[in-house]
Amino acid sequence: MTGLFHSVLLIEEKCRGCTRCIKNCPTEAIRVRQGKARINAERCTDCGECIRTCDNHAKTAITDSLERLKDFRYTVALPAPALYGQFGPDVEPDRVLAALIDMGFDDVFEVARGADVATLVTREYLRQHREIRPMISAACPAVVRLIQVRFPALIDHLIPVDSPMTCAGKLAKENKSKELGIPPEDIGAFFITPCPAKVTWVREAVKRGFSSVDGAISIADVYGEISRRLASPASHPPKRRASGAGIGWGGSGGENAAVGLENYLVVDGIHSVIDVLEEVEVGRLADVDFIEAQACIGGCVGGALTVRNPFIAHVHLEKLAKRFADCPAFTTEEEEELTRRARAGYFDMRQDIAAVPAFRLDRDVSRAISKAEMIEKVVKDLPGLDCGSCGSPHCRALAEDIVQGLAVDTDCVFKLRDQVKVLAEQLFDLAKKNPSAMSAAGEPGEREG
Amino acid sequence: MRLECKVTGGDFQAAGEAAAKLKRTLRQVGIDAETARRAAIVAYEAEMNIVIHAFRGVLSVDISPERIEIVADDEGPGIPDIPLAMQEGYSTAPEHIREMGFGAGLGLPNMKRYSDEFHIESTVGRGTNVRMVINLPSKGSLT
Repeated sequence: MTGLFHSVLLIEEKCRGCTRCIKNCPTEAIRVRQGKARINAERCTDCGECIRTCDNHAKTAITDSLERLKDFRYTVALPAPALYGQFGPDVEPDRVLAALIDMGFDDVFEVARGADVATLVTREYLRQHREIRPMISAACPAVVRLIQVRFPALIDHLIPVDSPMTCAGKLAKENKSKELGIPPEDIGAFFITPCPAKVTWVREAVKRGFSSVDGAISIADVYGEISRRLASPASHPPKRRASGAGIGWGGSGGENAAVGLENYLVVDGIHSVIDVLEEVEVGRLADVDFIEAQACIGGCVGGALTVRNPFIAHVHLEKLAKRFADCPAFTTEEEEELTRRARAGYFDMRQDIAAVPAFRLDRDVSRAISKAEMIEKVVKDLPGLDCGSCGSPHCRALAEDIVQGLAVDTDCVFKLRDQVKVLAEQLFDLAKKNPSAMSAAGEPGEREG
Repeated sequence: MRLECKVTGGDFQAAGEAAAKLKRTLRQVGIDAETARRAAIVAYEAEMNIVIHAFRGVLSVDISPERIEIVADDEGPGIPDIPLAMQEGYSTAPEHIREMGFGAGLGLPNMKRYSDEFHIESTVGRGTNVRMVINLPSKGSLT
């Protein structure tokens, strides 16, 4: 077991033990046992699919509260581009940013601007590295985690560039530290997040030591308060510096539109992402330079912690992206400085994306092979209905659980029924047998009356 | 252990399922990522060759701690000139299949490139048998 923190967790009291989540989990990380869903920490990617599919709202995401702002001398909000999409197309980003300051942050640094940085660094990386194709964006933490646990051979295909959030955090802390003359550790940077996977990413980074982002606050948690404050005019000087392209990163396709490559592929929704990665794994799509892959349908606006319908939010975001299309992200000097840093590895995050395969049956290959062989035998014996009543997502998964000692064959209701039938037949046979001292009823020779 | 999958010529919708099944097993066996990937590519290309060129066939895989052996055995038109078929870019796939992104003439060369042993036999009018072996890294290097 890894000591991995997960943002996504189960609220036991609310779970009714149905099989919706186990069926929809892209890494088959959930089982229902003793009437409750259990999440396997090694396999979970925090994609949030289970949060979306649970009708009983028994899945939730741990996020940080605004209380944590007190832990720092100075705080900066890092709002995801997706936050802008939560409000109407007429709401100026400046007003959203001002509302965040009114809520208690000392300053803001837009993750959309972090996306402008990531755009530049990604372009530079793709220019410098032509040996592996296709390259896959590492901006979506659920996709990164999916590759770590399920597609370890594709780690080399990930672009090891900091996500817009990390770029924003790094620059915000550095700038503020210089400006205020205080150590970067005293500055708390808080991501306003559309998704649980980012919360996990932040927590893991904090665990490793000094992190450029210190916490993640859910968009859903601040939405109400921002909305209320939008009624009064902005009380702070304009803070928006992100370009339209940077804002566009919040919706699927936006990242690629910003990076501006010709041979690209955009895929969203984690199940579709898996289909594409399966193709890459067998050597296809080598003619594609860049894959933008996002776990949520619609991109970050579809995150499990957002409020608005993702398709509507996407439209809002696109309108904003168009409106600020002509605002340059950087001055020439800034761009040169960022490019220089990119080349020096300032935005490199290779060390954070090692493979963590979570599907092997045994540490010993020989034993794993014999287990795999047993699975093939067991699965042939199961009904193949994939009903999920046993608490495993499908018959093959139950076979795997049986071989691993985590389930028994009578967890399958059909196997149980078969066994009951055999037992009933035995009972019937036994009931027909009379002790030899008695003559059997109805046999010839017996006298009536 | 041995896995066997029937592959139907011309069935592009089911194409890739045999290779996908193999990949699932390789993930579970815990073979190192790079070897698993080579095996997946080889199996996929072999499966696609049956789908594109043959009437029907069987893709079988034997996995041991030392090696993975993949055999694609098909009933089909066979290959009249194997050295020619092994050349990169040579393909007899018709236009409609190339339009689907297949038949670039890399199938057989890739199968050979990614395997440690490669044997091919073919009888025109009867079918083709390709046997490939991928050696696993010695046990010491496994994690």
